[in-house]
Amino acid sequence: MLSVRLQTTRGAFSLDVAFEVQTPAVVALIGASGSGKTTTLDALAGLLAPAAGRIAVGDSVLFDAGAIDVPAERRRIGYVFQDSRLFPHRSVRGNLLYGERRAPPGARDFALDGVAQLLGLGALLGRRPHQLSGGERKRVAIGRALLSQPRLLLLDEPLASLDPARREELLPYLERLRDGLRIPIVYVSHQLDEVYRLATQVVLLANGRVAAQGDLGAVSRHPALRELLGPEAACVVVAGEVRGAHGGLARVRVGDGELALYLGEAQPRERVLLLVRARDVILSAEEPRGLAQPNVLVGAITALAAETESARLAEVDAGGVRLLARVSAERADALRLTVGSRVWLIVNDASRYAGGPSA
Amino acid sequence: MPLLGAAERDALLLSLSVALRSVAVSLPLAIAAAWLLTRRRFIGRTLLDALIHLPLVLPPVVIGYALLLLFGTRGPIGGWLDRELGVQLIFTRAGAALATGVMSFPLIVRAVRLSLEGVDRGLEQAARTLGAGPLDRFATITLPLIAPGILAGAITAFAAGLGEFGAVITFASNIPGETRTLPLALYSALQTPGGDALAARLAALSFALGLAGLLASEVLARLMQRRLGRA
Repeated sequence: MLSVRLQTTRGAFSLDVAFEVQTPAVVALIGASGSGKTTTLDALAGLLAPAAGRIAVGDSVLFDAGAIDVPAERRRIGYVFQDSRLFPHRSVRGNLLYGERRAPPGARDFALDGVAQLLGLGALLGRRPHQLSGGERKRVAIGRALLSQPRLLLLDEPLASLDPARREELLPYLERLRDGLRIPIVYVSHQLDEVYRLATQVVLLANGRVAAQGDLGAVSRHPALRELLGPEAACVVVAGEVRGAHGGLARVRVGDGELALYLGEAQPRERVLLLVRARDVILSAEEPRGLAQPNVLVGAITALAAETESARLAEVDAGGVRLLARVSAERADALRLTVGSRVWLIVNDASRYAGGPSA
Repeated sequence: MPLLGAAERDALLLSLSVALRSVAVSLPLAIAAAWLLTRRRFIGRTLLDALIHLPLVLPPVVIGYALLLLFGTRGPIGGWLDRELGVQLIFTRAGAALATGVMSFPLIVRAVRLSLEGVDRGLEQAARTLGAGPLDRFATITLPLIAPGILAGAITAFAAGLGEFGAVITFASNIPGETRTLPLALYSALQTPGGDALAARLAALSFALGLAGLLASEVLARLMQRRLGRA
């Protein structure tokens, strides 16, 4: 478990955050620039000392104001900086082994071969950092951090400086990290797709405070997140059970309905968590007919909130699960949608949610 | 006739030995001074900075005189060295090296400082999160990164040290085979009737050495930069 409580001030900026994470987990730390994300990472790594608070990973306390302040070099926290920070005078292999040689002899969770394979570094070992692409540099920085045998991994916007093609290249590696590691990862990002694909928990920072935390569904409707990521963020996490699967298409029982979804590998009777975005759900006031893919759930509106001037976000209880759908204000009025209206939901798409238990 | 006569050979070897010793002793101190000036904020930092750079602006004779006062057998440091260790610097080759070292000290400090200011502190932070303590970080990250600057500074100081005149002649005098380095031999030759040819040969030698030193410094620095992938 990672437990963090921090207070510090830097000039006019004050940071006061607290969050707890069960491991294994990928916590996405999101917030506008200047909201305290990197300051939080620096404090976790021991690169700056908070004025007050406590930081503990598992049962070791790394910082306790006035009593304990383990120096950064002994914290065993892997930090992948936004600018990679590879040592230019060392080869890729030299970079990778820098932390490994300095790790305590007892801790050998990661070995060069395994990490090189996990991150696809085999062919790069003999190269120098200036001969690498941005994505390769990031992967080496991640490998270097892992080989220092950390008990916590910090990633500061690992995809931020990369072009879309490089991002797509790196994301699968990050997914493998998430699925393969037994240590918590704190991941700073303000890219929605990264958060959707990687995070199991979200901590939303605004002006140095935790505005919301929990699973993606719980945080996704927070006004501060919408402000940050736009209305695209709204989503829910729902539980379902796979009824059957073939050809990559799985039939999943959700509430009292059934959805056909592409989920990759799925086993019958498998319990899955689904991430359903509001923008992927179409709301209908009548029962839709003649759909090619009858992904329809029926339910009643439980809440109808103005999302923007022209859009409403409808929360619908469909046989015990709550989904979100976006409706234009104009259509909502024309269809006389109110709380209690009976509606049909066409679920266009949903993805498997990597996160822990739904809140 | 051999290319170099005995006088030139003596002066050349002596100059090389004096310059080499001066650089060997002042290099670590200059790195430490550059580090203090770049990385630490302390009271008197500006004064220390000025003191280190004084040899660049003062007449070298003044430096030689100051060394006489400090390191002469009656001076506070020289007296102690003489009494406790039986070491005399005045009128010796070691003294010539000391005077040369003081004069070229700011050259090394400047070069090292420039490189230190160019070091990305983020790399040291990264090393820190990877488990490297302060000395470890300095030895494995900072030092290799500033190596081009150290090398350039050392070579420039060495080349300049070959030709140090005023401070050496004031502090260590002009003793053949002991403190008569190239420029002192050149000066002596000019003072001697019929010494013109010797003086010309010594001058040419100094010119060649200086040029070689500066070129070597430039080439080596470029090679090292390339290794760091910055070229």
